[in-house]
Amino acid sequence: MTPQGDDGRGAQIVMAHGGGGELTRRLLAEHIVPPLANDLLDPMTDSAVLPPIAGRLCLTTDAFVVQPLEFPGGDIGTLAVCGTVNDLAVMGAVPIALSLAMVIEEGLALDTLDRIVASIARSASEAGVVIATGDTKVVERRDTEGMTITTAGVGQVRQDANLAAGRIGPGDVLILNGHLAEHGLAVMSARKGLSFQTDLLSDVAPLGGLVQALLDSGADVKFLRDPTRGGLAGLLADLADETSLGIEIDEQAVPVTPATRNTADMLGLDVLTVANEGKVVAAVSADDADAALAACRAHPLGRAGAVIGRFVHAEVPLVEMMTSVGGRRIVSRPYGEDLPRIC
Amino acid sequence: MDRDEAKGIIDRIDAACAQAGRVCIMEVCGTHTVSLFRSGIKSLLGESIHLISGPGCPVCVTSQGYIDAACELAVRPDVTVCTYGDMVRVPGQVGSLESQRARGGSVEVVYSPRDALTMAKQHPDRQVVFLAVGFETTTPGTAATVIAARGEGVENFSILSGHKLVIPAMEALLAGGEVPVDGFLCPGHVSVIIGAGAYRPIAERYHKPCVVAGFEPRGMLEAILHIVRQVADGKALVENAYGAVVSSEGNAVARDVVDRVFVPADAVWRAMGTLPDSGLELREGFRAFDAVGRLGVEIGPDVCPDGCLCGEVIQGKATPAECALFGTACTPVEPVGPCMVSSEGTCAAWYKYNRPAQPGVEKA
Repeated sequence: MTPQGDDGRGAQIVMAHGGGGELTRRLLAEHIVPPLANDLLDPMTDSAVLPPIAGRLCLTTDAFVVQPLEFPGGDIGTLAVCGTVNDLAVMGAVPIALSLAMVIEEGLALDTLDRIVASIARSASEAGVVIATGDTKVVERRDTEGMTITTAGVGQVRQDANLAAGRIGPGDVLILNGHLAEHGLAVMSARKGLSFQTDLLSDVAPLGGLVQALLDSGADVKFLRDPTRGGLAGLLADLADETSLGIEIDEQAVPVTPATRNTADMLGLDVLTVANEGKVVAAVSADDADAALAACRAHPLGRAGAVIGRFVHAEVPLVEMMTSVGGRRIVSRPYGEDLPRIC
Repeated sequence: MDRDEAKGIIDRIDAACAQAGRVCIMEVCGTHTVSLFRSGIKSLLGESIHLISGPGCPVCVTSQGYIDAACELAVRPDVTVCTYGDMVRVPGQVGSLESQRARGGSVEVVYSPRDALTMAKQHPDRQVVFLAVGFETTTPGTAATVIAARGEGVENFSILSGHKLVIPAMEALLAGGEVPVDGFLCPGHVSVIIGAGAYRPIAERYHKPCVVAGFEPRGMLEAILHIVRQVADGKALVENAYGAVVSSEGNAVARDVVDRVFVPADAVWRAMGTLPDSGLELREGFRAFDAVGRLGVEIGPDVCPDGCLCGEVIQGKATPAECALFGTACTPVEPVGPCMVSSEGTCAAWYKYNRPAQPGVEKA
């Protein structure tokens, strides 16, 4: 209902910025290309020409529609880079190049756009990837918040990576690299209509380095996935279905900060179903659990890592959790978006 | 609380049950229902403790007519409906607020009525209606917001009052005599407002122990122990296992705010019919903020979906597993009744945390 933007103050995106003329040229030349400059993008050709690449390639794409555009700990730019490089990382791929398509609504403040493009540049640099090609469109003001971004990424799969849910067997353990639910709660705290105060920051981060460390550890890492929308609960429920195995997790072992726990309790949300953007779940052979966990904890994004559960034979592939008081309950995938309860 | 501590209390509950026999405890509030499942306590209690969910899920007790009225408002071109998230997916006769939004209706999820008032001030060209549902926990917020709206002269803000009161519902259940309740686990957050003393008539008139608890595992387990011990000793007292937060008198300031704005009125509860003085309507001086009068919307009859046992479930007369629709025709993805939708709904909690291998065959 509230188109964001800077009404009457400062420069804004107008329809002509997307018209292909002088304003488009200036938008690209002054606001978008310089922060992202690199050898693949700079020729400004219709397509980026990539160098020859040996071995298996991964290709992925993701659309980003987060509201609000900026939230504690990140913005749509950091998400657009990290979301795509993380989808490459969990396939055991090292990212090579990203594409970047921005659909901007008229009225978006150029200051906001500048901050988001700077975030894209910073996140790409952290992830060791470049924006090789892109597109920018301007659309009429809508009922949303200013812009959407779609990125695609191509990466080179490590030769030694052998990641597939089909390799998981009973006894294999699950490792999570850190505290849950921070992204979803941070975004919710900044969303219009949900005015609760929290110091939580989104955990959005590129996971490539951590994944490389896990694979370098020599542990038999069988499968990796990042618990984004749907949270850990959604990921585990999917994995139980895909492997036809039961999963048992231990609530006491799942890393959650007290601040996150309190905020989720206040909102009536289950931390297991809240989104993350800097977390990865690894399925590892039990014999290699110690080596994988040590590699995880040695990385800055994995210091709070823990073995949270294991795969078991089961007639029905359900996820069961032993709770902190020693009871048991089923962990289900959430229906859709997380909504705070009434009281 | 660690697993050894929990086991210690469970052992004491079991010992008390040896004397009391099987004890039926109604957890009045949906937050307790969910917390008991989510914490795993439900799975730890032995056969001697029978937990029954009561009429304390605000969404579940809201009548079908109210949902239909909200859906009707949502698709009016100049109206924005602001709601707590739980209400969005409750099916009415012509879809849910979620489906109305998909059809172009204006539905905004808010965390507090203040957010709805803010939205009204930001959009003076639209009528902003807040769906005011919930028990005593949420009524002070609604009342304070209505006072603020009048004070600030916000003329495009109104509420659709579906507020309900806990004690009249408990009394109606006991007066009906069909539900075998030995004691009540009373909700901490409601009790912060009404005070533990508010349950005294239930304890005295109906000889039922009432124990107030918060939503932490320790508090819930201790409260269950208190109830079982009272039953074993033949007592019926109000006890407060949430003493750090809940007082005997409650929050008089909050109740005064509610009293300035609202007056108790007969209210329709889903499948329970009209219970006297069990709801709240705006007082004369605040009538201008009543969406019913302002926007001419009608709250129609409470027509429950065929075969749906939500009405029985919220009264503790049936468990979800006894409903033929549970887990088959009615699931969280395609809910028939509100108890399968609300995050505090009994059916949703059963399905989510206790889903049997084959739907409908396992007891909770």
